Amino acid sequence: MSAILAPGTTAPDFQLQVTPDQKLSLSELRGKPVVLVFYPADWSPVCGDQLALYNEVLPEFQKHGAELVGISVDGIWCHTAYASARNLHFPLLADFEPKGAVARSYGVYHNDWGIAERALFVIDKDGVIRWSYMSPIGVNPGADGIIEALENLSK
Amino acid sequence: MSTLKFPVSSDDHMRGAEDAACTLVEYGDYECPHCRAAYPVIKQVEKHLGKRLCFVFRNFPLTQIHQNAQAAAETAEFAASEGKFWEMHNLLFENQERLGEELYDELAAQLGLDTAKLRASLEEGSFTRRVRNDFTGGVRSGVNGTPTFFVNGQRHNGPADFEHLVEAIEAASAR
Repeated sequence: MSAILAPGTTAPDFQLQVTPDQKLSLSELRGKPVVLVFYPADWSPVCGDQLALYNEVLPEFQKHGAELVGISVDGIWCHTAYASARNLHFPLLADFEPKGAVARSYGVYHNDWGIAERALFVIDKDGVIRWSYMSPIGVNPGADGIIEALENLSK
Repeated sequence: MSTLKFPVSSDDHMRGAEDAACTLVEYGDYECPHCRAAYPVIKQVEKHLGKRLCFVFRNFPLTQIHQNAQAAAETAEFAASEGKFWEMHNLLFENQERLGEELYDELAAQLGLDTAKLRASLEEGSFTRRVRNDFTGGVRSGVNGTPTFFVNGQRHNGPADFEHLVEAIEAASAR
């Protein structure tokens, strides 16, 4: 696997399914900071806790004008059911076809398991990665690193 | 490694000896089943360590998945303002399956607290900010779910069972 993209790198653009009939591209979010959360799978216990935490911390991210986006290789109908069951207030993108292509382009695809790693990116309003972090796959990384990175953006 | 960014202070709910060799801080949610499971474990740990341990509880309600968590936390804070935090804390966990206004009234009455005053403070949100401050402080310290424990300021990443907690506390106290 190639290494996780480092700060200073331009974030690779992508266009992924965000609802069954809509796509979202990273470039559409240009102009505001973006928090990109790659995670292994909908429904798995640690991911549940991690996304539930971000759902709760969302107002803190929004104080920085940031958009939060989750990405996994799950299909869009799976995301839809999961987001609705967990009352998530941020979009989940389906890196489904070709599978994991976006995760690969960010250097966070787990080849053996065929899933995205648990990785975080903070991208500035000009589309440049300013902070990235890969957590051991079973460890919930929390939100402190994201908040600190967002604060550093405005410095 | 995540560390507690807001040191324990007199504003905290604390039990045990203030000058104990170890301080265990829990960020918890009254509606969280894992926190409920940890509740008797903490008591067991406290009993085992006696005066060597000081236990602190801070609020971390996950309101998007637990609809009663915020009001329950505010009820505990109301009780705290009347000097009955730990009594209410215990009762809320022991009655977790019944969380709701009716229970808060019942528990307040049981503790000899003014139920009308409790209702008013919940409606006015008198303790909303206090609970939110606990929450945001927890986020800054790397709380990543509930319950999250800090042993002498370091996040405990192991399981929250008796053996692992005591082991972490013994190790931190020896440092």
